[in-house]
Amino acid sequence: MDVYLLVDFGSTYTKLTAVDLKSETIVGTSKASTTVQTNVLEGYDKALDRLLRDHPEIDNVSDISACSSAAGGLKMAAIGLVEELTVEAAKRACLGAGAIVDLVFSHHLTKREMKKLAETPIDIILLAGGTDGGNQECIIHNAKKLRELDLDIPIIVAGNKDANDVIDDIFVGAKFEYHIVKNVMPKLKVLDVEEAKHGIRQIFISKIIEAKGIKKAEKKIGEIIMPTPEAVLIAAELLSKGFEEVEGYGELMVIDIGGATTDVHTIGEGYPKRTEVIMKGLQEPFAKRTVEGDLGMRYSANAILSTVSSYEFKQYFDEDDKWEHDIEKSIKRRRENTDFLPTNKHEEDFDNAIAKICCDVSISRHVGHIEVVYTPLGSMYYQTGKDLSDIKYVIGTGGVLISNKDAKKILRQVNKKSNKALELRPNNPSYLLDKSYILASMGLLGQKYPKLALKLMKTYLL
Amino acid sequence: MKSVVIGVIGADVHAVGNKIIDHVLSSAGYNVVNIGVLSSQEDFISAAIETDAKAILVSSLYGHGEMDVKFFRENCDEAGLSDVKLYVGGNIVVGKQDFNEVEKRFKDMGFDRVYGPGQKIEDAITHLKEDIGI
Ligand code: B12
Repeated sequence: MDVYLLVDFGSTYTKLTAVDLKSETIVGTSKASTTVQTNVLEGYDKALDRLLRDHPEIDNVSDISACSSAAGGLKMAAIGLVEELTVEAAKRACLGAGAIVDLVFSHHLTKREMKKLAETPIDIILLAGGTDGGNQECIIHNAKKLRELDLDIPIIVAGNKDANDVIDDIFVGAKFEYHIVKNVMPKLKVLDVEEAKHGIRQIFISKIIEAKGIKKAEKKIGEIIMPTPEAVLIAAELLSKGFEEVEGYGELMVIDIGGATTDVHTIGEGYPKRTEVIMKGLQEPFAKRTVEGDLGMRYSANAILSTVSSYEFKQYFDEDDKWEHDIEKSIKRRRENTDFLPTNKHEEDFDNAIAKICCDVSISRHVGHIEVVYTPLGSMYYQTGKDLSDIKYVIGTGGVLISNKDAKKILRQVNKKSNKALELRPNNPSYLLDKSYILASMGLLGQKYPKLALKLMKTYLL
Repeated sequence: MKSVVIGVIGADVHAVGNKIIDHVLSSAGYNVVNIGVLSSQEDFISAAIETDAKAILVSSLYGHGEMDVKFFRENCDEAGLSDVKLYVGGNIVVGKQDFNEVEKRFKDMGFDRVYGPGQKIEDAITHLKEDIGI
């Protein structure tokens, strides 16, 4: 049998999915630890051996596509002018391209901020600022500062187009590579991130993969075409929209709780559902991704305690959870030993509480909010962000959720209502699990075989 | 092309005049950034920063304008917009009041040009040309 092999070099595991294009089925999946420290191919070969051992019916791999979030994923800095406008637009472009945004700067870059930029491991910088025909002064100032720094970090310029010629002149002879693309906010509050995302992906393919030591894999498997989170976002969008006569699932949400971050993706317009509500702020992307760097099961476990008080933490234990949990100690243990796996019910329950917090808080931050404004003429309602109350499906993915028998209980935090009346959370969604861990693979497969990827997702998400 | 920000401030929904102002100023050769009705001071200010606007034209029709524009000049100064010209017009106060009085109050608040009810937007174009050019 011929199979199409989808490969995801994850931060912890290298995961393979083998698809038979003829019978339109997933033949099998396998995984092995990611081995970026030594040679990525070791982990890949191990996973492939396992796959072939378990599925002797595979006698040829006819095609391979791969994505990667190994070696820390794609780390970016977003620079813009006004915080809620071009800075936000720049951030969204980075997130939509599958990056983690580690640094965010607004207005003029200062010496302190430049120092931070030089000291933080960043893979790509996105430089924005000004609408087309608008402010040029700021982006030109910041371009000069970046030229002064002359770090060997590629820069995507996506700001006021009027400044582009000047920036070309400023960047002459620089050590870094740069690309000028369309403005992420060409008009006030209008978001246009496609070219910037494309630019980020190109640099990811041509440079970042190499810098992270994953390039070696390309000899064997061909080009690694995108960061894993982007593949997940693409899969989610396909599943939502459908393809040709195969219907999609409509508005949906994907939650991925990981060791270091919690990612939330939503596909949907998110317009106000009631006429008396007025939209505020920057246009929302149809496919939106947010990443919470302080919400994770292991690496970010410490940070959770600065997000919720220990009183609040306790509210996340199940009613029938009668253990005496030592919150501080249990958190510390997980932070210090990031490979920690629960071995008994007590530890499982504690992990579930962390997972619930990650889920609940990341949703709070992802969904839109209603704000009541008291005016001389009575109250008015303003909406910032997306109204996700009509979301039909919530899909859980990522190691923590897919192997957890309480996964749906954790996911149900999504429509938790208490004290959160002003958050536009899904009201009554159905919950699905990416049990076979195929979402990223289906994003990859969908590049060539969208209809098949869609059908497989509809079959394998339960 | 010079940018100007226009919009209707506060909880005010009177949309017709705003559309006319947009049209007239655009025809006169300005890049009009229209933030529409129900706009806060922050909306005007953020828009002016990103678009490098040289003037902000605030409309208020519903009578509560005086309250809505309090500290507008100060907030602009704080945001680095000290050079931006501030105009205000519409029915900026409640009922019929002596316009000289009204104009003085708004000028004291830091507005560069103040327009009374019924004053044509065309008049403002003459002033814009004087204040910021075209
Ligand atoms: C239509 C209208 C409404 C409609 C608005 C529909 C819409 N979405 O646009 C509705 C029914 C919703 C409405 C509601 C109210 N309205 Co009303 N409304 C009017 C009305 C009849 C016409 C407004 C209009 O469109 N004019 C046509 C446009 C082209 O003119 P304009 O708006 O004045 O704008 C021009 C000039 O003022 C000028 N201009 C405006 N801004 C600026 C700025 C600068 C810098 C410059 C240079 C020039 C400039 O240029 C514009 C273009 O030529 C006026 C009365 C009137 N005849 O003006 C009352 C009026 C404006 N409304 C009034 C009131 C009180 C209200 C309400 C508070 C009533 C209530 N108690 O509920 C509510 C407020 C609602 C809200 N949240 O804003 C009062 C305001 C009184 C005051 N300021 O002291 C008015 C004057 C009626 C009155 N005589 O009492 N209203």
